[in-house]
Amino acid sequence: MTISQTLTSRAGAAAAVNVGRAARSSKLSAVVMLAVVAVLAALPFLVFAKITDNLVNLFVLIALASMWNLLAGFGGLVSVGQQAYIGIGAYSVVAFADQGVQPYLAVPLAAVTCAVFAVPTSWLAFRLRGDYFAVGTWVIAEVYRLLVVRIDSLGGGSGKGLTGLAGIDQAVRGALTYWVALALAFASIAGCYLLLRGRLGLSLMAVRDEETAASSVGIDVRRAKRVVYLVSAAGCGAAGGVITVSSLSVNPDAIFSVQWSAYMIFIVVIGGIGYIEGPLLGAVVFFALQQLLSDYGSWYLVLLGAVGMAVALWLPRGLWGLVRDRTGLSLFPVGYFVRPRGDGAGAR
Amino acid sequence: MDWLNAVIQGLLLGGLYALFATGLSLMFGVMRIVNLAHGDLAVVASFLALALVSGTGLPLWFVILVTVPLFALLGYLTQRVLLQKSLSSGPLATLLVTFGLSIVLQNVLLQIFSADTRTLDGGSFATGSFALTDQISIGYLALTTFGLAVVVLVGIQLFLSHTGLGRMLRASSDDRETANLVGADSRHVYGIATAIAFATVALAGLMFAMRSSFDPAIGPSRLIFAFEAVVIGGLGSLWGTLLGGIVLGVTQSIGSQIDPALTLLAGHLVFLAVLAFRPQGLIAGRTA
Repeated sequence: MTISQTLTSRAGAAAAVNVGRAARSSKLSAVVMLAVVAVLAALPFLVFAKITDNLVNLFVLIALASMWNLLAGFGGLVSVGQQAYIGIGAYSVVAFADQGVQPYLAVPLAAVTCAVFAVPTSWLAFRLRGDYFAVGTWVIAEVYRLLVVRIDSLGGGSGKGLTGLAGIDQAVRGALTYWVALALAFASIAGCYLLLRGRLGLSLMAVRDEETAASSVGIDVRRAKRVVYLVSAAGCGAAGGVITVSSLSVNPDAIFSVQWSAYMIFIVVIGGIGYIEGPLLGAVVFFALQQLLSDYGSWYLVLLGAVGMAVALWLPRGLWGLVRDRTGLSLFPVGYFVRPRGDGAGAR
Repeated sequence: MDWLNAVIQGLLLGGLYALFATGLSLMFGVMRIVNLAHGDLAVVASFLALALVSGTGLPLWFVILVTVPLFALLGYLTQRVLLQKSLSSGPLATLLVTFGLSIVLQNVLLQIFSADTRTLDGGSFATGSFALTDQISIGYLALTTFGLAVVVLVGIQLFLSHTGLGRMLRASSDDRETANLVGADSRHVYGIATAIAFATVALAGLMFAMRSSFDPAIGPSRLIFAFEAVVIGGLGSLWGTLLGGIVLGVTQSIGSQIDPALTLLAGHLVFLAVLAFRPQGLIAGRTA
């Protein structure tokens, strides 16, 4: 029996309520979003390659931010070291391509590789808690970078080019990369949504609210956190793969840079941590900011940091939190809505 | 003999790392904040000193004497204005605010000073050394840094155990609400702790700047060394911080003897080993 059925089958006052998973706006928003995705998918036929190449960056940011939000907003694990998996994913694609695998097919393989690396890493990282976990993951990312530059077959300290895409026409390659990036962003958000609507999502929200109590009602806290960590690692790995496919090369200092974590963290903080819509909104805002301030050098990073700090202090639930509070809008509902049976009022 | 030299140089380097780590350890012990901008503050201090020396022509020792108390004041203000608000905004806020501060500081320095590496000219003091034996010589700067680290740690230990304000600091770190009940103004106490942290990291940054070159982007790596020293030594123990710094310094030094490219990796691997097998650190102080 689902929770909804359990609640409504009880006699008495509880039978007077309707418990549902969908928000009032869900059906409409689902249709709108599918339409948006369809339009985006058709873009390579409609606009110049420069626009779709730019959008690849946006999709990568959406994917990365969703993964960080899954880890920190839902899992409660604030990591400043996800760039480790971006790097491992990127290098996996290069390594697979060297073995003859078609690079676009290597992207999901890179995700799996990262999940494999994340298993022993999680064992180490989970020895730390809270803020120390954050810096610990950063150190682990540094260790991965230092280990990778020692491997000469992967290009050592100067990086390597991606083989296997040479024979494809440039326009076609641009379009294929765009579609892979769109699929990545779509899969990240859809993956988060499906994961969090299920049992795991409920466990995570319980753990996020009060870990000891959650563990006392039988939730396997360790396992929940580990699953989230592995999924996040896989997602970041796939994103790293797409970055490599897009730029056709990999450089260890760039791909393992903590800058990626800075982007992820600030996109999610500004967009709204703990909401699936947050990273989406934050990535769009960040992307717009990046395009507007591209002539001013590093000042956009200063602005990003300052805005991030201000939002962390005064708007802890981010922009989406603001929208949610004012309008009750929920594009990806992961909670439960309790409505009194009979009348339409009282949605959560 | 090369190995003995490596160990001794590592020991002295450990003093520098301990100096970096002291502020981080203090801020975490008292306020439960890991200041992600910690390393960048050291770099800001170095650039400030550089600007003062080249702008006013004052001797370096005077500039150091001015910069360190200035940073103490900056630390107090930063705590009262910025960090105090984040402490009441939830556990994630302090991490995000300090991370934001780190990004802002790095990029402001980058825009103002460009990415060129600089160095602070310490003159003959920075480069001079005396010979202990035929194969081992000890640099004046390295020895002074180690000495300063010990002095600073002893000073903080005495401050914490023998002064009223130090007692309030310890009380506030144990239980903030109760400390407030018995008269400690936690905001003032936290401000003092942050001031000490900023001053020590500024001193560490200046010592480092005289020893080797710096640029706006090296902040995070300083933070990582400080963090590793704290974790290796043990959370909550000041002497553990010195021990952690020494272990890290010696490990890096021995690593560089084996292969110069192994220097950083050796330190990180020792950190991970301590994390894996003795997560409470070598000297287990109070629990974090």
